[in-house]
Amino acid sequence: YCTYKRLSPGFCTLLTTDCGRTDRTKIGRWSTRRKEKKIVKIGNTSSGYAHLWLLVCLISGVTRANGDVALTHRESPLKPSESKSSLNHSEHGHDSIITGIPIVTFKWHHVEAPYIIVLWILVAGLGKMVIESNHHVTNVIPESALLICFGFILGGIIWGADKQQTFTLTPTVFFFYLLPQIILDAGYFMPNKLFFSNMGAILVYAVIGTCWNAASLGLSLWGCHMGGAMGDLDIGLLQYLLFGSLIAAVDPVAVIAVFEQVHVNEVLFIMVFGESLLNDGVTVVLFNVFDAFVSLGGPKINAVEIIKGIISFFVVAFGGSLMGFVFGLLISLVTRCTKNIQVIEAGFVFVLGYLAYLTAEMLSLSAILSIVFCGMCCQKYINANMDERSVTTVRYVMKVLANGSETIVFVFLGISAIDKSIWVWNTGFILLTLLFIFVYRIIGVFFLTWILNKFRLVPLEFIDQVIMSYGGLRGAVAYGLATMLDENKIKEKNLMVCTTLIVVYFTVILQGITMKPLVTWLKVKRAAVTELTLIEKVQNKAFDHMLVAIEDISGQIGHNYMRDKWKHFEENWMSRFLMKPSARKNRDHIFSVFHQLNLKDAMSYVAEGERRGSLEFVRNESAIVDFKKKFGDEYSEVMPDIMADTSDDHGAVSAVGRNPVPSVSLEMHEQTMNGMRETDDVNSHHLLQQHLYKGRKQHRHRYSRSHFEVNKDENEVQEIFQRTMRSRLESFKSAKMGVAPPKHITKHPKKDQQQKMPNGKSVDKNRSYYSGDEDFEFSEGDSASGPEASGNSFPMRISYKAGDGIENPAFMPDMDPMSQVQIPPWLAEAELDSGMVAPSQRAQVRLPWTPSNLRRLAPLRNSTHSTDSFMLADAPAAQPRDDDQLPPPPHPPPPPPEGDRM
Amino acid sequence: MGSNSSNMNHIPDGQQLLQDTGFSAAQIIRLYERFEFLDKDNTGHLRPEDLETVPDLDMNPIGARIIGAFFPPGKETLDFGSFVRILAHFLPADSNRTRAGAQQEPANSTTGKLRFAFQLYDQDRDGKISRDELLQVLRSMLGLQVTEEQLQCIAERAIQEADADKDDAISFDEFRKSLEKVDIDHKMSIRFLR
Repeated sequence: YCTYKRLSPGFCTLLTTDCGRTDRTKIGRWSTRRKEKKIVKIGNTSSGYAHLWLLVCLISGVTRANGDVALTHRESPLKPSESKSSLNHSEHGHDSIITGIPIVTFKWHHVEAPYIIVLWILVAGLGKMVIESNHHVTNVIPESALLICFGFILGGIIWGADKQQTFTLTPTVFFFYLLPQIILDAGYFMPNKLFFSNMGAILVYAVIGTCWNAASLGLSLWGCHMGGAMGDLDIGLLQYLLFGSLIAAVDPVAVIAVFEQVHVNEVLFIMVFGESLLNDGVTVVLFNVFDAFVSLGGPKINAVEIIKGIISFFVVAFGGSLMGFVFGLLISLVTRCTKNIQVIEAGFVFVLGYLAYLTAEMLSLSAILSIVFCGMCCQKYINANMDERSVTTVRYVMKVLANGSETIVFVFLGISAIDKSIWVWNTGFILLTLLFIFVYRIIGVFFLTWILNKFRLVPLEFIDQVIMSYGGLRGAVAYGLATMLDENKIKEKNLMVCTTLIVVYFTVILQGITMKPLVTWLKVKRAAVTELTLIEKVQNKAFDHMLVAIEDISGQIGHNYMRDKWKHFEENWMSRFLMKPSARKNRDHIFSVFHQLNLKDAMSYVAEGERRGSLEFVRNESAIVDFKKKFGDEYSEVMPDIMADTSDDHGAVSAVGRNPVPSVSLEMHEQTMNGMRETDDVNSHHLLQQHLYKGRKQHRHRYSRSHFEVNKDENEVQEIFQRTMRSRLESFKSAKMGVAPPKHITKHPKKDQQQKMPNGKSVDKNRSYYSGDEDFEFSEGDSASGPEASGNSFPMRISYKAGDGIENPAFMPDMDPMSQVQIPPWLAEAELDSGMVAPSQRAQVRLPWTPSNLRRLAPLRNSTHSTDSFMLADAPAAQPRDDDQLPPPPHPPPPPPEGDRM
Repeated sequence: MGSNSSNMNHIPDGQQLLQDTGFSAAQIIRLYERFEFLDKDNTGHLRPEDLETVPDLDMNPIGARIIGAFFPPGKETLDFGSFVRILAHFLPADSNRTRAGAQQEPANSTTGKLRFAFQLYDQDRDGKISRDELLQVLRSMLGLQVTEEQLQCIAERAIQEADADKDDAISFDEFRKSLEKVDIDHKMSIRFLR
């Protein structure tokens, strides 16, 4: 508020200068109006402004902290908003008599709610950015703890401005808008196999462990209360149990945040993580049951009610899971049929996932379980069903949402602390809660593990148990539940909220910070940094089969047996209904791994080629270059388990002549590549401008909401074809004049294999365009800057580099503006023929195949009713219907001169 | 099955097996029941055909190889001792930590497990997995999903990955090295009921 006061005069002065046309009376009226408002509803309007300004200041503060570069940045957010708001203030009172037409009006209330929300998101994001930019800090203190501290600071500022806490994490916001995406993300990226192999143990921890925590904490606190440890508190046994139940559950958000950075071994991770996800069902039931008990009052509780409570547990938990399962299947089914609306198919995942959450909530089932299982069920099918780009989209959006809300949750947890009204200190209650939570968690984990280890194949080690007990982080779910308590029923609600907050801070900050040193100190088995190797995957599959066989032989019905049965069922029935027929083929894991590795090699191959300036080295090195090590996991991270489609790019050794089969997953890589190398983008953009066919029609839409690759024109396609023909003719002519035309190699299988990789890309690209709908568009030079650029530029880059590195004599004549050269039809024909019959000549200079994508330009589908003027009559004879059938016309990029056809 | 009369005394070499393999007595008894069940004609020996009758094993892509692993070259029959000793490869590693490590490598050590897996590939027992041997396994596991050329490429690549000495085959050491990141104890153990 004081900020506002300080700025108020500024507004007025600016107002007079900026809006000179506004008459003074109006300003006066406005100011008085403002003053009245200020006096009347300080809490509303002015605090709103205060927040606005506060946030702006914060942002600038954030940027300032970020470094000296930020100075200019700092000004920019301030200036426009200042002038804008000052400008707009003149018309603020909407009920004031308007003497003229307002040019602009300032309508803060109109946008207040969304504006503040968006600003919060921005601030949280910027806060995270600052925190993450200090690696030496995040190495010691986990990000979640830092975010909470950041929240403290923000809360302090708000408090300073408002003298009260206007922003707190409300249960509605948390449970409806922040939590679902975090959990969906967790479910979607859940390592299913790992999860289900440890399902039993996870369930034991989640159900029995949580019940134990709740009961023991509640009872012990009650006992201490009876013993007089907390002085005068109005809390009964049931209230204690209610409190115990809300604080018993390990929080998924906090656990993910902390354990993500520690990298413990996968079994330990899945134990803690799985428990934190699944115990929500228990918590919600316990909370509801005890809440009901509290409102019912002690005496009315009888055995029937208790039994009802137990039944409701099963209904809530299993009902929720089932709901999630159903919605998961629904998502799979929907994505099976979204071939024609690929642009929005990614959206279904989120919408239906959220719907799963809401439906479960509506039926008072466990919403978290529902959305977890929804994500877990659909991951396999949607990855297979959807277009590769959509899968990438889903992945990234999922991460953006989850990370964003996680950040906001922690920030708000911090902000919530700065509120005088909730701080009710009761040393006994708070300290005892902390102690009991810690102690009972340890007892629970060790006892349950002791039982579980009797049944486990590989027992959990002692150290793992220590980490598990120590990883019992409480978080925002507990806080959300605590704020949901009814003050009328529970007199000491504020004490509980306050204690919950302290527990959350204690566990997230203190335990979070000490977790890493502890893990190091105890030498906990870490997750191995796995490099994707084919032999390993092959062997894993062999192991699986082996175990099933051994279980069969030794007559055990064990875990492997069940998994095998499930797999058969899944393959025979579920995939049939839920997966596209095309995706059902070739979805073997080994194959997809193989495919990924090949892609990786291809990428590094190209990258290496570019590093050296060209792909020329291909011709000089006969050994297969293995770049795997160099570019290692960069890509595998981006695409953990891509659904591979058939791709033939590796089959080249033995099947040079075979039809290439498209592989869908390439685009993503290209995007990755492009993202990584902006200079290359510039390069390729330039290249495209120079060498590529320029779209003839200028009136077509650049923007389409439904398609990335819109608007193709058959005439253009035809023209591209002709142009290619022409340039080929040109090089043919130059060959006749003694300059060697480009060649291609057919006899070195190894090289072929290598070169095929980039080829595969372009082939795929063509194919995927073909397989699309009418809106096929091959390539337009001016699209390079558009969203399609990422798609198109990559292969172009290859070819550019290729042509660049090899000093191709044929290249130079090609540079001549050819549009002036009218090609006689007969010559065009001759060229076509020569392309096929003159291999001997080609063999003189061996050019790599890499300009293949442009080679692919030639076999474009042509329209028979083209209106294009030249070569029309002659071309059709040579127009290939199927690009695969055409013998590869070896060619460097045909460079249509700049400005040829704009 | 379920004959209560069977105890350790009925089992040939019972005590010795108990010592050698790390199975508990209950497990050995259970396995013996299984052995007798498989041994349809009560000869005290299993023949490959006996194992082939196990349901679901014919569905297993490498089932035949597993059966083969029970019968060392030259041997047509399998007595209970060998049966248990082979199954002992699949015991979790540390359930036999009580045994003295004096004798040679126990079957359920990581090396023992790997050796078993290795022999599934190495059909000609020359100590190397050749490309053809790998290809056969791949073919059976991947089946119709991929083409022969793709299979060959996969095999080629897999060998390249592991092949340290560039002899175009995977020796046992190379095999072990290529899998050292894998938790073999997890992957190659089953829980034997007791």
